Order: sequence, then C-alpha cells, then structure tokens
Amino acid sequence: MGLLGKDSKLISDPLADNNPITIQVLGICSALAITAELKASIVMSISVIFVMGAGNVVISLIRNIIPSKIRIIVQLTVVAALVIIVDQVLKAYSYSLSKELGAFIGLIITNCIIMGRFEAFALANGVWRSFLDGIGNAIGYGVILIIVGFFRELLGSGTLLGYAVLGDPIEKTGLYSIGYENNGFMLLAPMALIVVGLIIWVQRSRNISLIED
Amino acid sequence: MGLKSTLHNLKEKYKGQKMAPAFNALHTFLYLPNEVTHGGTHIKAADDLKRTMNTVILSLVPCLIFGMFNAGYQHYRAIDIANGIVREVSLFGNFITWDNLILGAITVLPLVVVSYAVGLAVEFLFAVIKGHEVEEGYLVTGMLVPLIVPIDIPLWMLAVAVIFGVVIGKEVFGGTGMNILNPALTIRAFLFFAYPTWMSGDKVWVHDAVERAGTSEAISGETILGSYAQNQDIIYSLSEMFYGYIPGSVGETSKLLIILGALILIFTKIGSWRIIFSTILGALFMGVIFNLVVDAELISESSKFFGLMSVPYWQHLLIGSILFGAVFMATDPVSASQTNKGKWIYGFLIGFISIMIRVFNPAYPEGVFLAILLMNVFAPTIDHYVVKANVKNRLNRLKTKTA
Repeated sequence: MGLLGKDSKLISDPLADNNPITIQVLGICSALAITAELKASIVMSISVIFVMGAGNVVISLIRNIIPSKIRIIVQLTVVAALVIIVDQVLKAYSYSLSKELGAFIGLIITNCIIMGRFEAFALANGVWRSFLDGIGNAIGYGVILIIVGFFRELLGSGTLLGYAVLGDPIEKTGLYSIGYENNGFMLLAPMALIVVGLIIWVQRSRNISLIED
Repeated sequence: MGLKSTLHNLKEKYKGQKMAPAFNALHTFLYLPNEVTHGGTHIKAADDLKRTMNTVILSLVPCLIFGMFNAGYQHYRAIDIANGIVREVSLFGNFITWDNLILGAITVLPLVVVSYAVGLAVEFLFAVIKGHEVEEGYLVTGMLVPLIVPIDIPLWMLAVAVIFGVVIGKEVFGGTGMNILNPALTIRAFLFFAYPTWMSGDKVWVHDAVERAGTSEAISGETILGSYAQNQDIIYSLSEMFYGYIPGSVGETSKLLIILGALILIFTKIGSWRIIFSTILGALFMGVIFNLVVDAELISESSKFFGLMSVPYWQHLLIGSILFGAVFMATDPVSASQTNKGKWIYGFLIGFISIMIRVFNPAYPEGVFLAILLMNVFAPTIDHYVVKANVKNRLNRLKTKTA
C-alpha cells in the first residue's frame, strides 16, 4: 500500500476491527431490510460506497465554510443530492432493479453510517483522507451486507443472484430430489438479525479484544 | 476393582483435559461423583438438577406412549374414513393394539432419537469448547420436542431446528439457566417459520397423509382447530377430545394424561401451580369474552372468525395445545416469571393471548407457542415491576410506622 502509506488504515480498519455494522452497530436497518437477495445487497453496497465516498469529499471540501449551527442540514442536503443521483441512474439503466429496491435507495439518506462519518471524520479531516475513510466504511458496510445476502438468498430461496444453484424446487432436481427444502425463515427480517449476530459472534471470538464488558 | 472406581480413577487421570467435561457428563449420569463437600456448611438435598429433569420426563412419558398409539390409530382411522367405514373408538378394541403401537413406534421413536442425539451433541460440543460441565437442560427439551411437532416432519428439518434452538435459544445466552426463551418452543417456532408447509394445514397431522395427497388413496388429517377455522362441523365428540383420540402434534392430544402429568409436577413442586392455574384462567377469560361477542350478535355468522369465536369458552381447553403449553411449557422455571405475583400475571397473559391468536390468526389456528414465547420475553419485565411495587409498599409501611 505504498500509494496510501499510513492512510491505508483508514480503509482496512472499517473492514475488520472497526466495522460499522458489527462493531459500531450502525446501519442495521438496511442490513435487515434488503438482504433477502444477494443482488439487492450488492447494488445497495455500491450505492452506499458512491454516496459515502463522494459525500465525505464534498463535506470535507466545504468543512471550513459550513456554519456549525446548521451543519446537519447542510449534510442532509449533500446526502440527499447524491442519493437522488444514484436513484436516477438506477432508474435510467436498471428500472426493474430500482423498482425492486423501492424506497430503500431513498432511505440511504437515513443510513446512520453516512451522517456518522460526516460528523466524526469529514468535518475535521482533509479531502483525500476523508475520501478514504468514506470508501473504507462503505466497503465495511457492504461486505457484511453481501455476506448476509449470500446466506439468506442461498438458504432462503436456493438461488444466488437469481440462478438456481441448488436445483429446481418444483421439478425436484438437484438437492431438492433428496428432500431438501428452502428455509422460509431466512427470508424474514428476524433471520437477518440472527445472521448479523452470528457474524458478530464469530468475529469477537476470533479477536477477544473486541469484547466489551 | 469395579467399574465405578475405574471411572473415578480415569476422571482423576484426565482432569483438566479437553474432553474432560464430556467424560464427566457420562460419568455423573451413571454414578454419583466421588467428590465430597469442602468448605463451610452445606444443605443436603436430593432434588438436584438431574432429579428435577427426570421427574419432568417421567410426567411426559404417558403422553409419549399415548402419542405412539394415537399415531397409529389416527392413520388407520383416516384410511377407514377414506374407505367409507365409520369407526367407533374403544380403548382396548381398536386403540391399544399392536398395529397402532408398531406404526407409532416407527414414526415417533426416530423423532425422539434425532432430538436427543442432535441436541446432546450440540451440548457436548459447547461444553468441550467452553470447558464447562455438560448441563442437564437438554434432557427435558429433548423429550418435549418430539411431542410438539407433527408426526411426519422430515428428520433433517428437526435436526436443523434442534441445532438452531439449542445454539440461538440457549447457548448464546450462556447455556442452561440463562436462556430467555424456552428452547423447545424456539425449536418449534423455527420449524413453523422455516417450513410452514410441514407445520400447518390439514395434511401433516396424520401419518402418510402428505404422501397420499392427490392420489386415489388420499386421507385427511384436519385438526379440530383447523375445522373450526374453516367454519366446518366438528366430527369429534367431547370425550374423544378429552381422552385425546384426535389428530394433532404427537404428544399434546390427550388432555387426561396432560392433567396426570400436571398432578405429578404440582405434587413434586417442580411445576408452578400458579402458572398452570392462571394460564387456564386467562384462556377461559378470553373465551368468555369471545362468547359474549357472539351472544351480543356483534359478529355475523359468515365471518371467518365466527367458528372459533362461538366455541363454548371451556371447550378451548379441550382442543389445541393450550393445556400442554400451560403444564409443560409455560412452567419452565428458567424462562417464566420468578415472583409469585409475577407468575399469576405471566400465566394469565399466556392464556389470554393464546386464545386471542387462536381466534384471530388467519393462517394458522393455534397460537399457544407464540404466546408463551412472547411472555417469556416479558417475564423479566413483569418481575421487575412486581419487585418494585413490593419495595414501594414496604417503604410506605415504614413511613406510616415512623410517622
């Protein structure tokens, strides 16, 4: 990581030991809502990476001229503008997917991670570092989303990205011919919470220093 | 040197090793450990955790044996009905027969074996990883699970559910005694939400009904609750409901034997009579309210809730699993309320909510397990406010005394 130098921690930290979802427990709402399918998780992750990276840059650029009294409103405006861009791009190039994700793209605005990073990092750091921090946190968020989405779609619907990897449940081919059935519980939001919980469990038992009292 | 002392010596030899907890569990299951008390005074009591668990299992055995006979009886009866033969139940004539027992044994015993084998394997695994003793909690759960599932549930589904129930329902909270939810009901809830086609409907309650569906030999296994929910006529008499010659989950049909189990639990003071009694009270209360609604003609006969609402309030105890839930599930000492006043509130709300879900749930006409799980979650809250109220009372008393 010669290019990044000491700043590489800004990317690598949120991926593991300071993950926004599993350690800071932020952004849980969207992790529960849209992870029933892997495709939706991936699109959501990419959208958040864009919004966070660009948003942190913008906030960092104007950080010295934002009056601190109205900074939350300014931040909201910035996120809202970026989210609208994402929404319009999706509508233009992938209308069916945009319909599927529905309100959740719009609700990126309310993702606590974004406002959290604006407040905690972009308002106090330079453009390059803010950009790395935004990308890092968004990737950390996306990784968890994709892991959860992978297991939920595989076990809940027996497909991955829409492809029937376990066979056809109606024709009874593949795994279904020996009596396997999809787990409908996986498609319900409580199971997403449990999967996130299991990830947290695995992570903390591998790195005991993360366990709080 | 006998086996007993050999085991003691082995225990000393392998002390502190990784597999020691697993060895100790088998050891103390067979023999009293040779440990002697050390340090201060001790109260010696025979009712340790293993004894408690065994008593509960003892009170469940009649239900299990009845469940086996009933599995066979319901199967052959459904075939008779499909062939147009009307069958009158008689206890020694066509209920306690070898045919029924054999069919029951080959369908029910695998459920028991899978439940115990998988559950205990998970318990042993956690004991070895965490290095603590194997806990006895699963002994009862393992017996309850086969009794509360439909007879034809695929064994691998049961195994997955047991792993889920023991790990998520119990071990993540710290094992036996720390769980918020009743593990057996967690297992049932998992099955219900994960594989609803195997847990509800009119096919799963009688052996072979799923296999035969759509063929010329199709048989029906609609439960009483299912018939009520569809506003159909009930073909079972009240005595059949009471003695348990009806389709349902394996071990919950016979109200007589559940009452027998309840008496054993109350007599040995293992189950709380407060919870059992207040659950029944809550169920009756909700039933009376629904009866009043029907009497006042607030609901039309064409409504889909009419069938279950018009059930005479006391008959709610004879159908479905409310009695089984009240006696064996709600009384779980770990997940129930601990204070006496709290137990009354806890039980009453279980009965109340059970009947409410039973009547209003459009997809699945039974809600006892959901009601108990819900109240499991609220049990600590109930206790908290009962204790706080008591503290306040005593402070007031002190004030009036000193004033």
